[in-house]
Amino acid sequence: MKTIRIEYFAALREHTGVSSEEIATDAQTVDQLYAELNGRHDFPAIGQLKVAVNDEFGDWQTGLADGDSVVFIPPVAGG
Amino acid sequence: MSSFRFVRGSVSPADHLAPLHDQACGGYVSFEGWVRNHNDGRDVQRLEYEAYERLGVKEGERIIAEAMDRFQIEHALCVHALGSLELGQMAVWVGVSSHHRDSAFAACRYIIDEVKHRVPIWKKEHYADGDSGWVNCEACASAATQSPPATVSGGRAGQ
Repeated sequence: MKTIRIEYFAALREHTGVSSEEIATDAQTVDQLYAELNGRHDFPAIGQLKVAVNDEFGDWQTGLADGDSVVFIPPVAGG
Repeated sequence: MSSFRFVRGSVSPADHLAPLHDQACGGYVSFEGWVRNHNDGRDVQRLEYEAYERLGVKEGERIIAEAMDRFQIEHALCVHALGSLELGQMAVWVGVSSHHRDSAFAACRYIIDEVKHRVPIWKKEHYADGDSGWVNCEACASAATQSPPATVSGGRAGQ
C-alpha cells in the first residue's frame, strides 16, 4: 500500500466536498487511482480531464509512488 | 519576481509595470481581460476564479519563456486574478515591451491565448437568475438546465 494525496479544484472540489484527501491505495497508475476514487465519489461528467503528478502534467499511465500528490484537472477557463 | 503571478481580486497593472520600463524599448502592448455582464446568452453578475497555483505559475512562466524565445521582445509579464470579481474588474493582464511594436503585439496575443488554454484556472459564473456554474464543465451545463443530476458511473469522459 502507498499513501497518495489528492487535491480537488473547481467542480471536483465542490462535488467531493473537500479540497484534498489522503488515501492508502494499491493503485499502480493514475488511471487505476482515478477508477478507485470514482468508486468512492462517483465523479460527475465534467469533460476531458488532464492530470498532474507532483505539480507537473502527467498522463493516465504515469506510475505512482508512495507520497505522490495527484490532481485531476477539469477543462480550464482562465482569462 | 515571477513572470506569471496570481493576485487576490482585480488586477492593477500599475503594481506590475515597473519591470517593463526600458529605454531600449519603443513599444509597449498590453491586454486587459475584464469581467463582462453576459456569457452564452445569460446575464452574469459576478465571477469567481480558482487556480491550481503551484502548477499554474510553472505553466504561466513556461508560456512567457516561449514568447521570449519566439518573438523579438525584451520583457513580458502576465498577472491573473483569483477569488470573487465584480463586473468590469480586471481578471487578467498581459504586458509586453520591445524595441519595435510588431513583435510586442504578436507576443501579447500569443501569451493570452496560451494562458487561456493551458494554465489550470477555473471560472464560476454567478447569473442574474441566482444560478451559477463552472465554465467549460459539461455536468455544470446540464445541471443548469434543471435536468436530473448528471453523473456518469463509467468515469472520466476521455483523456
